[in-house]
Amino acid sequence: MQRRYLVIGGAAATVAALALMQSFFNDYLLSLVCFVGIFGILATSLNLTNGFTGLFSLGHPAFMAIGGYTCALLTFSPVKKPLFLPELPSWLASLHLPFFPSLILGGLVAMAAAVIIGIPVLRLKGHYLAVATMGFLIIVQVLITNMENITRGPLGLNGLDELTNVWWVYGWLAVSIYVCWKVKFSSYGRALISIRDNEMAASCLGISLFPARLQALAIGAFFAGVAGGLWGHLITALTPGSFSLALAFSIVVMVVVGGSGSITGSVITAILFTIAKEFFRPLEENYSVYGVGEIFMALVLVVILIYRPQGLMGDSEPKLLLPRKTLTK
Amino acid sequence: MDTAYLAQQLLNGLILGSMYALVAIGFSMIYGIINLINFAHGDILMIGAFATLGLLAHLGLPIWAVMIGVIAVGAFCGILIERIAFRPMRGAPQVTGFIASLGISIIIQNLGILLLSAQPRNFSFPPSFLQSVSVSGFSIRVVDLSIILVTPLLMAALLYIVHRTKMGVAMRATAENLDVARLMGVNINRTIAFTFALGSALAGIGGLMWGGKFGQIDPLMGFLPGLKSFVAAVIGGVGSIPGAILGGYILGMAEVLFVGLLPPIYSSYRDAFVFGSLIVILLIMPNGILGKNVEERA
Repeated sequence: MQRRYLVIGGAAATVAALALMQSFFNDYLLSLVCFVGIFGILATSLNLTNGFTGLFSLGHPAFMAIGGYTCALLTFSPVKKPLFLPELPSWLASLHLPFFPSLILGGLVAMAAAVIIGIPVLRLKGHYLAVATMGFLIIVQVLITNMENITRGPLGLNGLDELTNVWWVYGWLAVSIYVCWKVKFSSYGRALISIRDNEMAASCLGISLFPARLQALAIGAFFAGVAGGLWGHLITALTPGSFSLALAFSIVVMVVVGGSGSITGSVITAILFTIAKEFFRPLEENYSVYGVGEIFMALVLVVILIYRPQGLMGDSEPKLLLPRKTLTK
Repeated sequence: MDTAYLAQQLLNGLILGSMYALVAIGFSMIYGIINLINFAHGDILMIGAFATLGLLAHLGLPIWAVMIGVIAVGAFCGILIERIAFRPMRGAPQVTGFIASLGISIIIQNLGILLLSAQPRNFSFPPSFLQSVSVSGFSIRVVDLSIILVTPLLMAALLYIVHRTKMGVAMRATAENLDVARLMGVNINRTIAFTFALGSALAGIGGLMWGGKFGQIDPLMGFLPGLKSFVAAVIGGVGSIPGAILGGYILGMAEVLFVGLLPPIYSSYRDAFVFGSLIVILLIMPNGILGKNVEERA
């Protein structure tokens, strides 16, 4: 009972805080709040793939890019489309959808891409999987850069409508936290975690490894795709360079430092790191010491890996939030 | 297509392949000895290139002294990275080391931007290296010729160290089984540090050559060649030195021919081709051409 009040209270407090921010914060701070939420979605969803199931994927930005571009092409006004993208296939040029279905479609296309790439690549394990997904990320970047009739290539799509606001972002964050939470504390989630901990034992217990892995990758990719859509309509532009390996690295750092397998950990580090990066930005620009933020993140990562390899939260959640059944663990 | 054009392309492939091979050897040796994919290895190439710039342009040393200097700088950086980052993590799961090496790579790149600025710098070898010589009716720049000729010498030296010296025996024993090697009295720490030094020295020389060949260097230059050298190591079989050499030349040739022989509109897909072939190779031939059969890769 106590837990239910805590969750409802926490949600109400968040909504109230967001409403206050919405009315008092300036545009810059609001966009920062949105970035925190978007990174929250990215970190929780990667945690499902990477932390629960142990599929070390560096391909998250690739799914973001696919979702982001899909979403942007769907919401782009058909009046402007011929100006920006004269060579667009006609069915795509006349298509115009509201934000919500576009985000969902973006997520679904990213999910489809995850299935297509997952079927061959998920046969690999450990860092070989990491390297293959990184290869996939680079391939997606190259394709986006070269498919100029759809993506405008290196110029990127700009002038997107400013559709993202804190409600969209935090609504989706709530959904992704809810989904990951439900997965983690279900028999399905335990199956995923058992795959991470001991594949052989999991397989002996009758868990089909491949479908479970593919599902974990696909669910993660769906939320990455949605986050890509939110991202594009927040900064109103998409360029192939934004979805880089450096971004993959940032999200991985959040998952690892927060604790692989801990949803709370991912959310906390998403907040901390997004704010920390923003804190370093004026320093970098005023004193032109570029790169300090990145160095800080990487140093934190290396120190955590040496001294606390399980991350801040390990793979647990705060006791107060746990379902009673698992407390006896 | 005329033969001169084809010959030129093959030559370019050989040059690119030499540089990939030099970096790939380090990847393979480090993987062979402690099962670590060290992504910071590509950044040693950048350090090597900047060290060359410093020694050549600012100190004005002769080229042989520059080479020795770059080898020393590369080896030192390799030892330093191993000592600070990877030694405390030894025995941790493989992926831990992999993530850490990405972190180290980000640190080196950004330190480079911080200290050296992100602006690309021009880089030039002494004029005698930029002249062309004629070899059997076919002209080639001295710098390109040196890359093609020096690389096999370095490889021969490396193979001599690995197969004919006491340290080489220790390296091979450690790669075979770290714990047993320790029981047999091999100083593991020193052997691993030496492996990093050797691999990084070659990557440093790779940087010297890269700068000499392309004439421009910047702090982020090491990353992509580093990744591609890793692809080369995978092609040859990670863990095998001859495999890394072979893989480097194959990848260099394949990349140049991909750009040179297909219509120009495909040339910007070069990186997609390289990393696409990485995925294909991992799937159909995970142990590479000369790699040992390692179970955990399957």
